[in-house]
Amino acid sequence: MGQHEKNIPKERFSPAVIDSSKGEEINKPSLSFWQDAWLRVRKNKAAIASLIIVGLVILMAFIGPLISGKDHQTQKVAHNNLPPRVQGLENISWLPFDGVKVNKAGKEINVYEQRNVDEYYWFGTDALGRDLFTRVWKGTQISLYIAFLAAFIDMVIGVAYGAISGYFGGRIDNIMQRITEVLIGIPFLVVVILMILLLKPGIISLTIALTITGWVGMSRVVRAQVLKLKEQEYVLASRTLGNSHFKIMIKHLLPNLVGVIIINTMFTIPNAIFSEAFLSFIGLGLQDPLASLGTLIDEGFKVLRLHPYQMIIPAVVISTIMVTFNMLADGLRDALDPKMRD
Amino acid sequence: MGKYLLQRVFYMVLTLFLIASLTFFLMKVIPGTPFASQNKLSPAQMEIMKAKYGLDQPVPVQYAKYMGNLLKGDFGTSFQFSNRAVGDLMFQRLGPSAQLGFQAMVLGSVLGIFLGVIAALRQNSWIDYGSTFIAVVGKSIPSFVFAGLLQYYIGVKLGWLPVLFWKGFEYTIMPTIALALFPLAIAARFMRTEMIDVLNSDYITLAKAKGASFFDIAFKHALRNALIPVVTVLGPVFVSLMTGSLVIEKIFAIPGLGEQFVTSITLNDYPVIMGTTILYSAMFVLIILIVDILYGVIDPRIRLSGGKK
Repeated sequence: MGQHEKNIPKERFSPAVIDSSKGEEINKPSLSFWQDAWLRVRKNKAAIASLIIVGLVILMAFIGPLISGKDHQTQKVAHNNLPPRVQGLENISWLPFDGVKVNKAGKEINVYEQRNVDEYYWFGTDALGRDLFTRVWKGTQISLYIAFLAAFIDMVIGVAYGAISGYFGGRIDNIMQRITEVLIGIPFLVVVILMILLLKPGIISLTIALTITGWVGMSRVVRAQVLKLKEQEYVLASRTLGNSHFKIMIKHLLPNLVGVIIINTMFTIPNAIFSEAFLSFIGLGLQDPLASLGTLIDEGFKVLRLHPYQMIIPAVVISTIMVTFNMLADGLRDALDPKMRD
Repeated sequence: MGKYLLQRVFYMVLTLFLIASLTFFLMKVIPGTPFASQNKLSPAQMEIMKAKYGLDQPVPVQYAKYMGNLLKGDFGTSFQFSNRAVGDLMFQRLGPSAQLGFQAMVLGSVLGIFLGVIAALRQNSWIDYGSTFIAVVGKSIPSFVFAGLLQYYIGVKLGWLPVLFWKGFEYTIMPTIALALFPLAIAARFMRTEMIDVLNSDYITLAKAKGASFFDIAFKHALRNALIPVVTVLGPVFVSLMTGSLVIEKIFAIPGLGEQFVTSITLNDYPVIMGTTILYSAMFVLIILIVDILYGVIDPRIRLSGGKK
């Protein structure tokens, strides 16, 4: 290092201009909260990959049932229990898309040729000859719909409850917190099961059952944040200026809560998907011909030994959704949670 | 401390009372009778059956009677399992469930803590990425999907382990692994972050400076403090194992409490549904209480009354 310094000619040095007005200049553009968060998320490769996969799955949930050219309810008993076969991929022997099934004697047979079926069922068919490709994506659509709706309702109730409880404090807070303390003592899935027994399975009743105590977690997080935020000067200023409680909550507190709300909701969605699948698996899910990922796994599990693809395909889809949503939620938490900031 | 405990126990009892009442009235509202699945009964026989189970009395009377019996530890009699006492039915099935839960908890937490520690000590190595991957997957994949695939590949295809039932230790291996995945994932994740936190603290630097060996630093100094938060997370995880075991027991045909619960739902066996619900809730609230007390016992920095939480 020392040698290099000696080699630089003196002419290249010039005195720095000291201008006090320039010291105040901001060189980098100021980032909004969201730009900053996006920068952080973008650095997290797993989160970005998850975001893309989640996007693809949601896209498939909508266009999947359309591109197969088949209906998710039409039964064709002559075509029942066909293994998956895909054009082009059927000639690659190590891929499981060649329409070949191993029979009980351990011999491989091409069921399509045996039964003279010209059609291609990309994910195979179920016991009633319904196209599984259409059913899987239709099921994904319904599972996601239930999960998003449940997460949204959880969010609305939880935020309102937590914000009111934390903001007003005192006696109101005390009573509201005692109520949540009782609710949190109830095992989630047990109460959901009881609600389903009462309401009978259906898309709306499943959603309601999932939200019955699901909002408690959100309300606790929001309350904790509001307790901190309401002591801030800007809230005091707003109050001094005569703004109503409602306006303070909506205009000043809510924008500051967006981070925790998003993080919590992102974790609620995979939980709701899991709970729906869980209910289907113990026989409390949607009724035929409606399908969700849970009911498909349940049906597939019953014939797992004979036709493994009927369970494995929906299982892969639900696992992908769960993994990617969890990773995305982790990434968002790292990016949005003020506690995580250095 | 005493006052806090008293308060907590009061809420516990209140919660349980609420759940018991809720389940009771829900069972009254649900359409259909528990006898519908039996041979068609004439109206007269139906009346006799109803009278036998006390269903002919007004609902408030039934409620008072049920709650009174509950206080005495009497959960009523089953409609389906040849009039057996629900209490007997449940406690007889508690054994397999408890064993399964215990084994899964031990396996999951020990393995998870081990994985987490190794990942933290070898940050950004392939071991670290591997353990993070296992943690994410283990947390995400639904237990019944994992159990189903495990049963198919290990049990049916490879034939290494028995597929169904509960007859000896080798029968418990697969359900234990299936159930242990979730606690393993949670423990590994938490252990890693806590361990990294602790390894960066001043007293570890001091230990390094005075020349303590790597082994001593990792296991004598760091692990002890890093374990505290992990122990507290594992409580709620244990609770989630109870519901997780519902499906695992169904898949592996284990005669446990969860299997009983699922069967009673399909059979409309109301007294059993009520009994298991109340028992589950009681265990749930009890575990939460124990965990909260443990917070204070394990870590003297956390005080029960006021302060953190």
